Amino acid sequence: MERVTFDLAQVPLRQVNQFLHQVSGQTAPKTVAILNPDGAHNIAVGLDAPIAVEIMGHTGYYAAAMNQQAQVTITGNAGTGVAENMMSGQVRVKGFASVAAGASAHGGLLIIEGDASLRCGISLKGADIVVGGNVGSFSAFMAQAGCLVICGDAGDALGDSLYEAVIYVRGRIKSLGADARIEPMAAADIETVGSLLHQAGFEYHPQEFQRVASAKQLYHWNADANQEY
Amino acid sequence: MCGIVGLLIKQPELRPSLGKLMVPMLIGMSDRGPDSAGLAVFTAPLPQPQRQYSLYAGDKNFPWSKVVKAFQGNFGSRPQIQTHGNQAVLVTDLPPVRVQGWLKAAYPLLHLLSTGRAIALYKDAGQPQAVAERYDFQSLQGSHVVAHTRMATESAVTPAHAHPFTAGEDFCLVHNGSLSNPHQIRRQLEPLGIDFETDNDTEAACRFLEWRMREGDDLEASLHQGFEVLDGFYTLLMGTVDKLALVRDAFACKPAVVAETDAYVAIASEFRSLAHLPDVHQAHIYEPAPEELYVWSV
Repeated sequence: MERVTFDLAQVPLRQVNQFLHQVSGQTAPKTVAILNPDGAHNIAVGLDAPIAVEIMGHTGYYAAAMNQQAQVTITGNAGTGVAENMMSGQVRVKGFASVAAGASAHGGLLIIEGDASLRCGISLKGADIVVGGNVGSFSAFMAQAGCLVICGDAGDALGDSLYEAVIYVRGRIKSLGADARIEPMAAADIETVGSLLHQAGFEYHPQEFQRVASAKQLYHWNADANQEY
Repeated sequence: MCGIVGLLIKQPELRPSLGKLMVPMLIGMSDRGPDSAGLAVFTAPLPQPQRQYSLYAGDKNFPWSKVVKAFQGNFGSRPQIQTHGNQAVLVTDLPPVRVQGWLKAAYPLLHLLSTGRAIALYKDAGQPQAVAERYDFQSLQGSHVVAHTRMATESAVTPAHAHPFTAGEDFCLVHNGSLSNPHQIRRQLEPLGIDFETDNDTEAACRFLEWRMREGDDLEASLHQGFEVLDGFYTLLMGTVDKLALVRDAFACKPAVVAETDAYVAIASEFRSLAHLPDVHQAHIYEPAPEELYVWSV
């Protein structure tokens, strides 16, 4: 079985998600196509098999959330929380992504070819995110591990309260959040950005990016700071 | 949570289909707002000095013919009236102050939903589908519509608390979100003689913006004032006699998606309410940015 197609105009989403949850082993299809997503919520959530899923259109909330192993492509725009809590695999959005894309994702790679809205990569826990366009305000807020690569511009309060995650920005940064600072790009940064851009299929030079990371001043409570943060 | 829905028809030949295009948008937002639903529809303005008054009666068997008779007895002229069960649209060329004063005195239990030359308003408690059927939203015609499905989070579920809210003439507003300072705004407006009908937070935003416009601001300037004064979460969609306007607060927690073609501008909280629209897959689809004004003219 090479390719299976579901039309969400004909088949209930629950049935499609149950099929996707049961596929494994040698009989698994290599590709599952989903037609007419029409902004439905929770499409292809909780997958745990090395299959390709192509969602042909726009998705609602939490598309491809909690993904493991699967390669999910959304040909249109994604609603709130695309690939949130992803553990592994890859999710690619060809249009734009709404708020909280890749929130709390632990592993895998999220690629957004268009813009991402506010709070992209909030609380990121180890996944990598590559955004072809701009990101909105509060992106990578409290991000703990992983990389956020932004090929366009960043909105306000980028990387507010960052932990160990690292942000790379090619365009302008409207403002940095508390404790986020611009640092020099080391050889390892160039290599990381180059590898992620290559996986995402974007032809920018890693040298064009700046590194934003935590100054680590918020790691310990400072009683003398007088609530200034 | 709530759902917002807006549709402005650019091609005049599509205006008879306004209701047919809009009803699936409204019903699509039922999960976001199952408590109540409502809409304001705008048509070509009546000639001066005519006004239309949208009226709501609690009783489905309300004797509208008696209102017409009493109106005629009081004013000596017969109003036109279109009734839809417990809702009616009454048209007359008498001065609004006199009509509104008489309605309040003679029928204190009738709720005046809107006044204007172009606006007609319908809202009620109940599932959006039931409300749409109750008032035959499918048959509505016009240039633009502002609609809402409500999931109450801060005040009671009653027809009066349903959206849209109106203030003044030919102005309405629907809101997804919650304001944290409606009482402060109210305390600012009440001493100016501005009366409130409910304890709903959205009513404060509606009356504030209408007050700014009455003080001389245009819609855009009043919305900039709104960004300064309104505190909380909001996506606001507004209708005037010839405009549809959309804004989101700085944090953009409350969603909105816009689809624009040569034929229409359609707005909903989520894309699933836009998916049925003709040529939507060729539309320019985008999310409005926080604290930006989006204003479309008829």
